[in-house]
Amino acid sequence: MPTLTYRDALNQALREEMQRDANVFLMGEEVGVYQGAYKVSRGLLEEFGPMRVVDTPIAELGFAGIGVGAAMAGLRPVIEFMTWNFAVLALDQIVNSAAKLLYESGGQFPIPIVFRGPNGAALQLGAQHSQAWEGWLSHIPGLKVVAPATPADAKGLLKSAIRDNNPVIVLEGEMLYNTKGEVPEGEYVVPIGRADVKRAGRDVTLICHSKTVAVALKAAEQLAEQERVSAEVVDLRSLRPLDEAAITASVAKTNRAVVIEEGWPHCGIGAQVVDVIQREAFDHLDAPVLRVTQADVPMPYNKQLERLAKPSPDKVVAAARRVLYLD
Amino acid sequence: MTTATAHAQKDQAQAELERRMLRQMLLIRHFEEKAAEAYALGKIGGFCHLYIGQEAVAVGSLAALRDDDYVISSYREHGQALVRGISAGAVMAELFGKATGCSKGKGGSMHLFDAEKRFMGGHGIVGGHVPLGAGIGFAIKYKGGDQVCICYFGEAAVNIGAFHETLNMASVYHLPVIFCCENNRYGMGTAFERVAAVTDVAEHACSYDMAAELVNGMDALAVYAATQRAVERARKGGHPTLLEVRTYRYMGHSMSDPLHGVYRTKDEVEEQKKRDPISQLALKLKEEGALDQAGLDALDAEVRAEVEEAVKFADASPDPDSAELTTHVVAD
Repeated sequence: MPTLTYRDALNQALREEMQRDANVFLMGEEVGVYQGAYKVSRGLLEEFGPMRVVDTPIAELGFAGIGVGAAMAGLRPVIEFMTWNFAVLALDQIVNSAAKLLYESGGQFPIPIVFRGPNGAALQLGAQHSQAWEGWLSHIPGLKVVAPATPADAKGLLKSAIRDNNPVIVLEGEMLYNTKGEVPEGEYVVPIGRADVKRAGRDVTLICHSKTVAVALKAAEQLAEQERVSAEVVDLRSLRPLDEAAITASVAKTNRAVVIEEGWPHCGIGAQVVDVIQREAFDHLDAPVLRVTQADVPMPYNKQLERLAKPSPDKVVAAARRVLYLD
Repeated sequence: MTTATAHAQKDQAQAELERRMLRQMLLIRHFEEKAAEAYALGKIGGFCHLYIGQEAVAVGSLAALRDDDYVISSYREHGQALVRGISAGAVMAELFGKATGCSKGKGGSMHLFDAEKRFMGGHGIVGGHVPLGAGIGFAIKYKGGDQVCICYFGEAAVNIGAFHETLNMASVYHLPVIFCCENNRYGMGTAFERVAAVTDVAEHACSYDMAAELVNGMDALAVYAATQRAVERARKGGHPTLLEVRTYRYMGHSMSDPLHGVYRTKDEVEEQKKRDPISQLALKLKEEGALDQAGLDALDAEVRAEVEEAVKFADASPDPDSAELTTHVVAD
């Protein structure tokens, strides 16, 4: 199996889906001539031309809405946001238009559209450029939300998102684009709504998604080496719908859980996961579930402060030790 | 065919068009009057924005479109829905929240839809649907079609960022869209000149290198002619147009708002009613000898009966099944 970067896996998914379906087009800032702010769309303008790889002005609200309108009229747009921080300007179109048109039209207008781009903090970009939006986006009925952690999942989930007849939010990661992994060639789709056990274990479940999967895997290694603890790492992959069965099955096995996310703690994804656990796995729990999140502050610029604000393997190990009553 | 015969046929076709327009305006007027009654009786809930006074805009502009063109509008869209051919029964039933409504009772007054008639809603956030109209235009161009999309919005939407972002992109991408601004002078209770630095909406087109026209919105034929010109620009060259159609709403912003009071006087409303689009077109038809009073009365009675039937249909229709609560959230 070829090894690809996360960036090239996304590129492959876009190319294959655009080859497969003439109604699929890519629209966003710098996607064409510039080859993508993060080079995810490299080579696509040359292959598919300017009608299908559309450069836009810096006008997120406007081009997100053009995408939704095009979807109403039968196309399958992929709207790229340079980052999800800028997509906040387009929330009206995502929340009020894309997510609701099917319902309020009594089923007449499905909106097959993908909104994608990097989400969460990178390095020292400051408060406005370092935010994780999955809590906001997953709150909305009518949307699907996925957050792939590996190149293979990035390819498989983006392909599924493009083929889905609903608005699908694809949360990528600026820090993930250069990461490498094995990616199946050709037809490879990952169904939306299925979590994936990235490391099997017995003693504690680490529930994570996107960039925090790497954090959890490192923590699991440390736990194994330092504490002889066997941690299971469950990558949610899809945040809406949420794979409640996978969460429950793992916690039923380990009886303990730590939920990790890049977002803020208040009303975060972890809060929803904890709800699933208390509802579906209450009798299996041997300890309260703990969460590791970004600190409940706007992201600071200073390197040391930023490090303190982010989830880290050490923080996950500390939380795991507590739910295992090792402290 | 002699020239005289050709002229006679043309005159007859024109008279038929004008009669049809008059009938459509009467239908909207009586439909909206009934909706106001039904609202007072509690049969219609929530927000309900009536179109009385603005009939000539929907009727005149939609007469210039083909069946395969697209229509998208704001929350004051009952008139456009009716002219587009959604039955009065299906629209009234939607206002009543019934299963037989054009959005199955799940949309309401602000969210009328009919995919078959290419009636793309019914949108409730001021200016939020303006980019959708451009997106529909984008899809037309993408597929190589010669359809157009007409996008209606009020003058208050012109102060929204989405309007400006969209006009810019529609012009850059050469989209076949007609942006039809129904300038009824008030955004709810705020006079446009109090909140807009530029009060001639059509002037905004200069910023986006777009064709524009200022149109008398109380004259259905003037609206028709201007829309025809805009349609031609869109169909042949993919050039968008901004139409500013000056009109006036007789009713309050919505059913829960007063007709006049702090923001406009009763005298102003009465003065505007002298330009009534229905009376004007009826007078023209009478003067031309195309319609006499008896004919007008018959037309009026026919339309009133149609609206009565619509109310009966809506009244008799069932509520949506409880199971409908969770359908259409996610598509298969």
